[in-house]
Parts: sequence; C-alpha cells; structure tokens
Amino acid sequence: MTNVQLQKTIIKWFDTETSGFEFTEENTEFLTLTVSKEKLHEIATKLKNAPETQFDYLFCETGMDWGDNLGVIYHLRSMELGHEMVLKVYTKDRDNVKIDTVCDIWRTSELHEREIHDLFGIEFNNHPNMKALILTDEWEGYPLRKDYVDPINMIVK
Amino acid sequence: MEIETKNIKQPNLKDRFKTEEYMINMGPQHPATHGVLRLILTIDGEIIKKVEPDLGYIHRSIEKMCERDSYQQIVHLTDRMDYLSSHINNEAVSLAVEKALQLEIPDRVKVIRTIIAELTRIASHTLWWGVFGMDIGALTTYFYGFRDREMINDIFEETCGARLTMNYNKPGGLMFDIHPNFVNRVKDFVAHFKTKLPEYDRLLTGNIIFQKRTKGIGFLTKEDAISFGTTGPVSRGSGVASDIRKIHPYSAYERVDFKQPLYHEGDNLARYKVRIDEMWESLSIIEQLIDNIPEGDYQVPTKAVIKLPKGEYYQRVETARGELGVYINSEGNKNPYRVKFRSPGFSNLSVLNHISVGSKIGDLVAIMATLDLVIPDIDR
Amino acid sequence: MNIALSTNTFANIISYFSENLGWGIWGEITAYSIIGIIYLIFFALAGLYLVLLERKIAAWIQLRIGPNRVGPWGIFQTIADALKLLSKELTGTIKADKLLYNLAPYFPIVAALISLSVFAFSKSLQAFDINIGLFFLTAVSSVGVIGILLGGWASNNKYALIGAMRSGVQIISYELSVGLSLLTMVLLTGSLQLSEIIEVQRTGGWLIVQGHIPAIIAFMIYMIAGTAETNRTPFDLVEAESELGAGYHTEYSGMKFAYFFLAEFINMFIISSIAVTVFFGGWLSPFGITDGIVWLQPLWFFIKVFIIILLMMFFRWTFPRLRIDQILTLEWKYLLPLNLMNIVLMAIIVWLGLDLSSLFN
Repeated sequence: MTNVQLQKTIIKWFDTETSGFEFTEENTEFLTLTVSKEKLHEIATKLKNAPETQFDYLFCETGMDWGDNLGVIYHLRSMELGHEMVLKVYTKDRDNVKIDTVCDIWRTSELHEREIHDLFGIEFNNHPNMKALILTDEWEGYPLRKDYVDPINMIVK
Repeated sequence: MEIETKNIKQPNLKDRFKTEEYMINMGPQHPATHGVLRLILTIDGEIIKKVEPDLGYIHRSIEKMCERDSYQQIVHLTDRMDYLSSHINNEAVSLAVEKALQLEIPDRVKVIRTIIAELTRIASHTLWWGVFGMDIGALTTYFYGFRDREMINDIFEETCGARLTMNYNKPGGLMFDIHPNFVNRVKDFVAHFKTKLPEYDRLLTGNIIFQKRTKGIGFLTKEDAISFGTTGPVSRGSGVASDIRKIHPYSAYERVDFKQPLYHEGDNLARYKVRIDEMWESLSIIEQLIDNIPEGDYQVPTKAVIKLPKGEYYQRVETARGELGVYINSEGNKNPYRVKFRSPGFSNLSVLNHISVGSKIGDLVAIMATLDLVIPDIDR
Repeated sequence: MNIALSTNTFANIISYFSENLGWGIWGEITAYSIIGIIYLIFFALAGLYLVLLERKIAAWIQLRIGPNRVGPWGIFQTIADALKLLSKELTGTIKADKLLYNLAPYFPIVAALISLSVFAFSKSLQAFDINIGLFFLTAVSSVGVIGILLGGWASNNKYALIGAMRSGVQIISYELSVGLSLLTMVLLTGSLQLSEIIEVQRTGGWLIVQGHIPAIIAFMIYMIAGTAETNRTPFDLVEAESELGAGYHTEYSGMKFAYFFLAEFINMFIISSIAVTVFFGGWLSPFGITDGIVWLQPLWFFIKVFIIILLMMFFRWTFPRLRIDQILTLEWKYLLPLNLMNIVLMAIIVWLGLDLSSLFN
C-alpha cells in the first residue's frame, strides 16, 4: 500500500473520533502518525492485527528528546504486504515519563525499551523487566537527554 | 533405646532430591562471548532456565557523540560499532546524508562501494565461520577462516590503508580512487576463494558431530523471528525474506543478479547454511561487477560544512549481521539533532533468551555463535 | 597379589645392587629409587615432547608453522614452558578448600605414573609384571578422576565445578567401555598379565588379526572410549574452552596446572600403550621381521604407540566437540550394548575355535 492509501485506511478506522492522533509532515519517505500516549497501545495493536495493515515488524524504536517533550518513534514494516510507516508518541511531562509498552505486540521492543529507559528515563508501563540494561543501577541522569550534563566525560564543542 | 520418631519430620522424596537452581555469570570476560557481553545464566544442572543479558561494558554512547559531530565525523564513529562490517556502516551514514542532500552519486562510486561491501561481507562471514567452529570445539576452522580473510584485509589495506576500520566512504563518494592493483587482486581472491569455500563444507558442514550439534538446536519460528525483529542471516534461517538489498536496493544492488538464501528450518544449521550461501552470492555479485567498474569521478564535491535540511532521514543497509538502520533527525544545523543506529546485533540479541531456554550450556554457546553477535555493535 | 619380577633388565639392576655389591636391603632400595627416577625422567620428557608433538601437529593441520623459536624446530619449546611454569607464582582463590585444592593435582599425575610401571616395553624391559596387569591398569587409571573432581570442587568456582561434574559423569561412563573392550580381548588371551598377552600374540599373530571381527569392533570401541577417558576432543567437555573457560583447572596456575596438563598427555600415552599391547602385539615386530634383534623391541613398541597417538591427535584437530547428553547417549545407548554383544561374539569365536591364530602356526 502506498502512503496515501495507508493514510486513508487508518483515517477510516477512526472516522468517529478525531482526537489523539494526527498525521504529521516530517520531510521523510514514511507516513508519520503521531498518537497520544493514551491511545498508543490501542492503535499499535490495531496496526499490527488489522488485515489491511499487518505491521508485524518493528524494525526501529528510537527514544527522542524534542526539548520540551520526550517521546518514542516506532518504525514499522509489514513483512507480508511490504509497506512501512512511522508511529510517534510523546509526552510533555519530563520528570515522570510514563508510556505504555508495546513489547506484548512486538517482542523486540523488550530490549529496546530497556535501552530507552536507561538513556532517556522513559518509564514503560507493563514492561516485564524494567531494569537498567546499559547503565549501572546507581547512575544519575539520562545521558541522551538534551539537558544532561557531565563535565568530566562529555566533550562539548 | 526407643527413638521418638513422631517429632522428626520425614522429608518426602521430592524434597530430599530437590536441586537448587544455579546462577552463573558468563562474561564479561568469557571466551565464547567474543567481547564483553555479560550473560546471567540460571541453570539447572546443564539445562538453561534463563538467559539475561547485561550490556554496557563497551557502551561509548556513539549516538550522543554524533550529536556534537559533523556529518563527516559521524562516518568515522560508525566503524567502531560493528567493526567487522565497517565499510557497510560507513556506507549507511554516507547514503543517508547523500539522500538528504539529494546528491547524484557517480556510478563508479556505487559499483566500488558494492564490491567492497561484498568483500566485507565475505570477510565477516569467514571470521564468523572460523569462530563458530571454535565455539563448538573444532579449533582448526579458525585458521582456515583467517587464511581467506587475510587476503581480503590485504586488499583493503592496499585500497585505503586500513584493514579493519576502513573509513573509505565519505558523504558524496569515496575518499580516493581504487588502487591500480585492485581489480586484479579481487579477481585473484575470487578465484582463490571459489576453490576454498568447498573446503569449508568438507571440514565442518558434513561432519556428523557438527550436524548433531546444530540440527534442531536454537529453534526460531518465522513468527518469532519477525516479532523479535531479527534481521540478516538469523531471520533468513527462519524463512523471513528480510534482505535490505532486495527490499530497498541501494548502491549497485539493482543492477546485479543475486538470490537471497532462505531456509525454513530456523535452527543453527539453517543459519549456518544461510551464511555459507551468502558467501557464494557475494562472490557472484563481485564477479558481475568487477569487470565493469565504470569510469568517472570517485566523489562529488560537497560543501566543507554539510547542513542537512530540516527533517527526518532513515537509511537502511544490509550489513553482514543484518539490517543497519541510520535514523538522522536534523534541525538544519551542521550537527544532527538526534542520530539513532538501529544495530542488527541488538535486535538479534533479544531473541537469545527465547531460543536457548531448555537447551544445554554447550548449545547456548553454539546459538550465540550463530546469532553472530558483535558486542560493540550491541552496545554502540 | 603375586608380584613377579621376571628375569629382566630391572631385576638385574636390583640383584646387582643387593647381591654383587653386597648392600643387601639398602641395595634394593637404591636400585628401586634408581629405577623410579629413570621412569620419572623418561616420562616427564615423554609428556613434554608429546605436548610439543601435539602443537606441531596442530600447526601442520591448521596451516601454521608451530613452535620454532626455542632450539631448532622448537624442540626445546615445551621444556622452556615447563621451566616457566615451575618458576611461576602459585595463585589460588581465598575461598578454596586449601587441603583438597593443593592435593588434587597429585592424583592424576601419580595415577598416570603408577600405570606406566606395568607396561612391557620389550621382553626384558618391564618394571612390574603382575598377573592382573590389565585389571591393575584399569583400576589405577580411574583414580585420576578423583583429582579432577577434587580440583573442580575445591576451587570454589562454578565453572570448575561444572567441568568436574562433567568429567565425573564422562569418565565413569567410559570406564565401562574401556574395561569391556579389553575384557573382550582377554577372552582370547586367557590372561591378564601383559607379558602373557604379548606371548600369546608371538605365537598366534597380533590379537587384532587373531580375533578378526570382534577384535576390530573392540578396538574401535576402545579408541572412542579411550579418547573420552583422556578428555580429548571430541570429548573435551571437561575443559571445553569456549563453554567453561578452562573447566576444572580454571583456578590452578603454575606447576599445579602443569600436573593436570602433563597427566593428560601421559594418559594419552597410557591409552595408546594399552592399545598397542592388547591389539597390536606390544614390542613384537610386524610379521616377525626383526624377531632376533632384542634392542629393536622397544623401538617397535614406541613406533606403534606413536601411530596411535597420531590418530588421537588427528581426532582432536578435526572434530567438533560433542554435547554432554550426546556423550552419555553414545556410551549408554550405543557403545555399551554393542560391547556386550561383542563379548558374546568373541566368546562364541573362542568356544568354536574360529580365531585366526592357526594362520600363524
């Protein structure tokens, strides 16, 4: 399916409600769907299970710090139908960031989410094993956030 | 003497033979983890109950470093991820930047990149083959693999001065033109390797112990392979057609004719066979291209300071381990706002616990070897 | 136990010291010490040179040159290694069980050296000719496993413990096959005494020819089980470098490690020597070509041992390693039943007189 067809299909699912998701233009080859964190799990499940989309392959999960809000970017692909799209979710609250996990939908995200948890401090609800993966348990701060400072180890130009 | 027995609690048979689970720390220094991977194993005798990876021993936060570097500098950092596919990693970043700048790359560059990428793949697979043999106890394979890898490294050394971390790519083309000997030496290598590759099969593949050690071990279904996001030979061993060179052809892959080897058994042997077949396919790709390297420039001039237009760019390449994704988020500055490397090793590692539970310690080592984990690639 | 010191070289030495020199009991003690030292030196050197041979063969198989720095063709390499190991600090773990940890390395090396005493290198070169020779050998050589078990247990290291447990399981299982395959041949010889076994072959041809089909089966089983006994690839799960680091001797260093290491190689020599004695006529020359020349007898013995050792080394450098459950399956489901049937077959052959000893008479 092309991006336009995909967009139409997805809009059709939610024709009665309009809040919680929007298509954004990011100067990229992928169709980008930004969803609110309350709707993330529902939409992700739908994208995976609906016969016309079948996004069964999460090939990239990126943590993101946009400055004022934190979020996660999911790159999805359907191995069967061959189309790809991007799902984005973000949250404004930087101190107590909680987003639903998708590791029950795409199991690969179990490790990816632990990595994001370490580096961005995003807590994933319902994740089976939300422990530190890369950093030590006593590490303070979240290194990949933009406001992280470490005068000893970081060389800033 | 009467013994008061009613106060003595008789343990039942089950309690008496109750065995404890045993925690064992495999790594970060361990011969089979090929680097500083640490696995926390829970075992019951020889049987594995749980495998929990603990990463970070070689984490350099390349993604954070990229945020302060220019795009030319990022290329150099990528060598240090999957050092066995360094050229392909460089290519991924170069392609991403070229795509963002909409640069028209000369055919010569595309063909040379493809040839060297395939040589890299063969070098990586020969190393993997040698090390795989060693992991299951056949020490001789290591030296056979390295004999052939050495020839490729010599070619690389002559081409760009480096044997492992090559940095031959730059956004816009190549650092410099190929060495005049390049074509002849690659042809020599192809002729040599065609006689040596059957030797690999004779030494290891047909061995009955090898077959027993790999067949049916580390079984991964097609559904799980997709759900766990495995790529490369791991997923193709489970029958998932995941070759990026076919899905999103880049460089010169459109103009060559090659198959992507697929096996549906999903076990260690299938993953092994995929890699052996891939070496044959790589040889055929090199043969198709080596005689027709087009004349032309080896690079297109780019500005000294590259600024990507605002937006998100995603470039995928097929390294020897699978799909490497480069996600660049640009705000229009000379530095990227965020770079994410979707490394094949990281996703392939996530499947380890799933496929090794219930097997023996020896199997775990074999499974790790067929996943072909490169630890700096996992940790980045 | 009837210890018969036959009229051989060693008996001559003893009688020289005790009677000719008139030293009496002290002369005997001196003579025994001298014999002991000769054995010790000879087998320390044999062990070291087997290590060198292994390294050379590994190198030739693996497209390398191998040791070539110390002495011409590296012939002093392993001696230099041994000196290095001797001078190294003995490190250990704090939580190790000190007594057992220090005791363990002596078991394999002592067991190996004791076993060596019964071999007949030639008609007159045998230190200890007892009438239960083969039984003695199998009994003594299984003492070595105690050292491995103790070493693995006392090091207080999880990898070492797994290695030791594997070794216990493996060696105890394969002991059966070694014993039964030798027993098959004993049916044919009618004696456990090593000199007697060779005597049988002098008149009736080598046992592997004499016993034809069951003897060949017994030899194959013996070689498989023997390789497993010595913990060599494809049965080297005790060490299993890629799985357990170094297995049971992970925590050992210096000379204590060298004891384990040397014992492994001397064990290989022992397994080959038994094979040569029981299957290939010991010090007998093929077809009796040099029967009259006495000093060639040890040479023939060592040539045959060398060939068997080569075979075991080729196994090591060409085969992958088996898994623990596969090793046990191989022994208990295949080798053991085959062995039992083979004994019956051999019994029938001996009973009906179908062996080929008549060919040579």
